[in-house]
Amino acid sequence: MNRYPLWKYLLILAIVVFGVIYALPNLYGEDPAVEISASHATGKVDAQTLTQVEQTLARASFPYKSATLGVHGIIVRFANTTVQLRARDLVQQVLGDNYTVALDLLPATPVWLRWIHANPMYLGLDLRGGVHFLLQVDMATAVKKAEQAYVDDVADALRRKDVHYLSVSRPDSGGVLIRFRTAQQRDAGSSVIDRKFPELVLTDEQQKGEYDILAKLGPQALEEKRKFALDQNITSLRNRVNELGVAEPIIQQQGSDRIVVELPGVQDIAKAKEILGRTATLEVMMVDESHSLAAAVAGQVPPGDKIYYNRRGQPILLKNRVIYSGNDIVDASAGIDQQQGGAVVNITLDSRAAAVNERVTGANVGKRMAVVYIEIRHETKLDAAGKPVLDKRGRPVKQAVRIERVITAPVIREQLGARFEISGMENIEQARNLALLLRAGALAAPVEIIEERTVGPSLGADNIRRGFHSTWIGFAAIAVFMIAYYLIFGIVSVAALAINVVLLVALLSVLQATLTLPGMAGIALTVGMAIDANVLINERIREELRNGNTPQASIKTGYDRAFGTILDSNVTAFIAGLALFIFGSGPVRGFAVVLCLGILTSMFSSVMVSRSLVNLLYGSRRRLERISIGNTAWK
Amino acid sequence: MEFFKIRKDIPFMRHALVFNVISAITFALAVFFLVTRGLNLGVDFTGGTVLEVRYEHPADIPKIREALATLDFRNAGVENFGTSSEVLIRLPPARGKAANLLSDRVMAALHADDPTAQLRSVQFVGPEVGSEMLSNGALALLVVGLGIVVYLWFRFEWKFGVATLIANLHDVVIILGFFAFFRWQFSLTVLAAVLAIFGYSVNESVVVFDRVRENFRKMRQASVPQIIDNAITRTLSRTIITHGCTQMAVLSMLFFGGETLHYFALALTIGILFGIYSSALVASPVVMWLGISREDMIPSKKDSAQLDSRP
Repeated sequence: MNRYPLWKYLLILAIVVFGVIYALPNLYGEDPAVEISASHATGKVDAQTLTQVEQTLARASFPYKSATLGVHGIIVRFANTTVQLRARDLVQQVLGDNYTVALDLLPATPVWLRWIHANPMYLGLDLRGGVHFLLQVDMATAVKKAEQAYVDDVADALRRKDVHYLSVSRPDSGGVLIRFRTAQQRDAGSSVIDRKFPELVLTDEQQKGEYDILAKLGPQALEEKRKFALDQNITSLRNRVNELGVAEPIIQQQGSDRIVVELPGVQDIAKAKEILGRTATLEVMMVDESHSLAAAVAGQVPPGDKIYYNRRGQPILLKNRVIYSGNDIVDASAGIDQQQGGAVVNITLDSRAAAVNERVTGANVGKRMAVVYIEIRHETKLDAAGKPVLDKRGRPVKQAVRIERVITAPVIREQLGARFEISGMENIEQARNLALLLRAGALAAPVEIIEERTVGPSLGADNIRRGFHSTWIGFAAIAVFMIAYYLIFGIVSVAALAINVVLLVALLSVLQATLTLPGMAGIALTVGMAIDANVLINERIREELRNGNTPQASIKTGYDRAFGTILDSNVTAFIAGLALFIFGSGPVRGFAVVLCLGILTSMFSSVMVSRSLVNLLYGSRRRLERISIGNTAWK
Repeated sequence: MEFFKIRKDIPFMRHALVFNVISAITFALAVFFLVTRGLNLGVDFTGGTVLEVRYEHPADIPKIREALATLDFRNAGVENFGTSSEVLIRLPPARGKAANLLSDRVMAALHADDPTAQLRSVQFVGPEVGSEMLSNGALALLVVGLGIVVYLWFRFEWKFGVATLIANLHDVVIILGFFAFFRWQFSLTVLAAVLAIFGYSVNESVVVFDRVRENFRKMRQASVPQIIDNAITRTLSRTIITHGCTQMAVLSMLFFGGETLHYFALALTIGILFGIYSSALVASPVVMWLGISREDMIPSKKDSAQLDSRP
């Protein structure tokens, strides 16, 4: 007698039903959609925006499937990409720059499935198309920048305590070098620096009658600076990517100094690289009103000054010392000046810059302060005729262009602190753009692309097709053979194999593990490998029958004995999968995930599911003369 | 239907030496080719840039080479990929800031020559990433090897662990040998296939060893070679059917999976074929020569009671 208790059948049935339901979303295709989100933190997308979008689309008589308001914004689904593209342009035009309107392909999962959180598998970049970048953060520069910031801070602290020093500078070998004339001054300086900047490790040096201190960042502070640089870069990159309007971008840390950026569906790689590499920031400086501007323009620029231009091309003379820069900005948003009615940008500074701002503005009420916008672009060098300049090898010469422009140079009316506003914007549009750029900020340290994988959408679609074909053709071939060879037991095995694929797909969907092309190969391979368990069982049953055992006893021993072997042989494959997952990267990881999950599901389906089917077919028959497992009568 | 009607045990162990000499020669050849020709490492490991470009008509490869030469990529590799209208362009690794911009420049040049040029995919791997992947790959291979030995040691006996490892390393080295001999591109995906085979072909040895253990208990009068012969013979049909099925899935990948999965499937095919051979005919004799005995398998009464439920 081969019978499972009722609860076991029900459990197996429940798991299979669960598998079928959660694998189901993969059968529905994708809807072209647009996603509407606020382009900066202060903006918001609400029911009113939704109505506005709906009315806009209705007025232009663009048919859409649905428009919903979710946590990430509004999602409008369309029947085809033509309408999607036209609707995107229209909606963007109507809503303006306050909103990001991104194109996306969203799963066309029916509502009831979405309601139980059943989603299709998450496709990797090699299947959906897109760009993958691995960026290396230049930590040496991050530390250098941090040390340079200390140069000003240390000098400032010494001045405040009236400690005389010769100079504070950053030597090329790193650290901050503070030079004193006497040992007493050095000791005084040492105690001031030590109290103010406990994170610095100070070493006394003595050379050529000078008393110096070499200050270096301690290991913990160094670690903090690195972490800060990485976090800030990730934030900046995220802001920039948002600007690109990519749906579902991935920006995450990898290792201690690397950042992964994945942009699904991005077609214009050149633009993506340009935006990721762009550096825009603000620098705030004092206007030099004690010297003549005319003389400076004529060529007599006072030492320490520099001529800048505003957007109308008018010159302005600034003291070339940065009071604080875009790095110090915590938040920026566009707004309307309550008193005068013009567009302004509201800025919030971090505490250090706020202190500096307080001091400088307090000491300079009535004087003018200039906000300079700085952007570094890599452009192709053009000659006088406007053609690209080529180098000896015939390549266009790229040059870094530093664009500096005075946005505004208002008179300081009162002492300012952490919050202030920049007025003098032409219109609200310009204010918004500036706020966006400031929030996106400068990168704390330069990044370099050390790995790039781009897959075009047509290749992605091809890959899906290929992966799908190889899986089902392999499955069909195995099914035909198994049924021809093992008859009814073959059908049971194939049913178990089919359930295995369903469960694997369901598991991948529920876990939202990334499915890659090697991952699809993994599904195909799992199909080929999972059948091993059933072959093992069926062969064992045949052998037991051949040895003269009754069919019922043969089924029982066949399954019982085969299980240990199946377990052993799967554990080693699982070890291999695990190692691949730990040491592999990118698409190979997708393969490893499928391999490991496939082993788990195949253990269940080829043993439990097939056994329950066999039990249902044969288990309850009291007098079972023969079972349909192919010819066993040769012995 | 029934393929295998083997009434008597096939005396595999009598010819064990012959099989092992064959194996040793194949293995030595594989090592020889690995040393002399080396692996044709793909961009994943060496670093560099690979572009896949599709034209709307058969691609003019000499013209593409010319275009690349003007960009100073004289040692760039250009070859057809899949169809005659698709080409694969390999650029050697370059250092410096602009390395990731190479693909843009190449595409601009190709586009100028022929506007139908369409970029299908780009892979740029910096040299430091490449060498990391190589060391990670080696590390993965090591971990899998150790994991398998430890598992089999724990599950059976150290002699089985060692024998399986030898048999599997033999498979892995032979796969690598094929890749070295034919100068097939060895990519990260191929490495994944090699590791999968490493784990997969162990199951072959496990099935045989499980049977050996069972036979030690059942066939009390039989000699060790007889026991092993019986185990291999009894599991032969299962071995061939299982691997046949897996091979069907792999073949379907080889034929329908496209270029990306081509070498992946190829590595699996070689691995499966040699896996069948090595686990039965390499691992078992090694176990025999390591001096496996009944006592190794059935240390005490208590254990054998547990083992009763094993095939």
